Amino acid sequence: MADAAVHHDIAGVYEPSLFGTYSKKIGMWLFLASDSLTFGALLFAYSYGRVSNPSWPTPFGKESIINATIMTACLLSSSLTMVLGVLAAHRGDKSRTRNWLFATMFFGAAFVVLHGMEWSKLIHEGMTPFTNPWAPSVPQFGGTFFTLTGMHMLHVTIGVIYLGVVALRKKFLPVLLLLWLIGWLATPASNVFHLGVHVLLIGAVVAAMVLFLHPKDYDSHDVEVSGLYWHFVDLVWMFIFPLVYLMSTRV
Amino acid sequence: MHTVAATHDERKAQYFWVWGALLILTGVEVFLAYERFFQPVRMLEVLMVLSVIKAALIIAYFMHLKFEVPFMRFILMAAIVACLCLMCIFFADAMRILSLGVK
Repeated sequence: MADAAVHHDIAGVYEPSLFGTYSKKIGMWLFLASDSLTFGALLFAYSYGRVSNPSWPTPFGKESIINATIMTACLLSSSLTMVLGVLAAHRGDKSRTRNWLFATMFFGAAFVVLHGMEWSKLIHEGMTPFTNPWAPSVPQFGGTFFTLTGMHMLHVTIGVIYLGVVALRKKFLPVLLLLWLIGWLATPASNVFHLGVHVLLIGAVVAAMVLFLHPKDYDSHDVEVSGLYWHFVDLVWMFIFPLVYLMSTRV
Repeated sequence: MHTVAATHDERKAQYFWVWGALLILTGVEVFLAYERFFQPVRMLEVLMVLSVIKAALIIAYFMHLKFEVPFMRFILMAAIVACLCLMCIFFADAMRILSLGVK
């Protein structure tokens, strides 16, 4: 065995970053690239079904379109507040950064609530992942709709939790657990969100693991990386909204 | 002379302009769909063009890709766009079902 330790000239060992930026940002961009393919496949599945079925249902009336437009405005406004939060973080203004992140979380939560109401309305009208009352010969409408929009809703929920962790760190955990408890007790057992709200509990467990196993102060880079995720969620909705809602209007 | 504060103010104004443009484009989309301005296929084309413009604005300004190095811009966008376009190859099969039925 050689006793002599090998000394590296650290500055010369590592190559400069491929994209000339910090690794966390590159990591997030690569994740978003892979996630865009996930959503691309789901949008493709929906569109394939739509193209190959002339009797594809058009269940979205005036009320649904208004609701979806407000949801879109919520997400676009959340992107503005997020980018203003990133700007404040780069300026070193922690108080403003936190407030802009809260505003972003508010718009994100409003989007999830409005989307939940839309889902509940469709389920009440008889839509399930396997059937729909408007075109019984096209059962795949429910499956593709719920998978696509559900996946997006899950991403928005994870985004709100992510921003909460960045803004409040460990203080966010009791807030999240309280929200889970209220959501669980407030929704009737027959409602799909009575089970769905457990995503918040799983989110709290994962956030606790991250916060306790790797405690740190989140800096402006972390805020920027969380912002990249949030804007991506907004970006995906810019395709879901016209493809799913606007192309299936019943007015 | 450009100060840091002035640059921040310029950025902030730019973000508000982009946000306004995104809201207006969304309004145009809703109006076109609600009024059934075009036939379905043409409507799909118009909505997709507007969506791509909105996506480009979000990626360029909100996600700051416009301000990254050109190599990063090219690699990321070329890879994602190429993969997403490749998925569209299968639409030919969806058309086949329409004209020939499932065989």
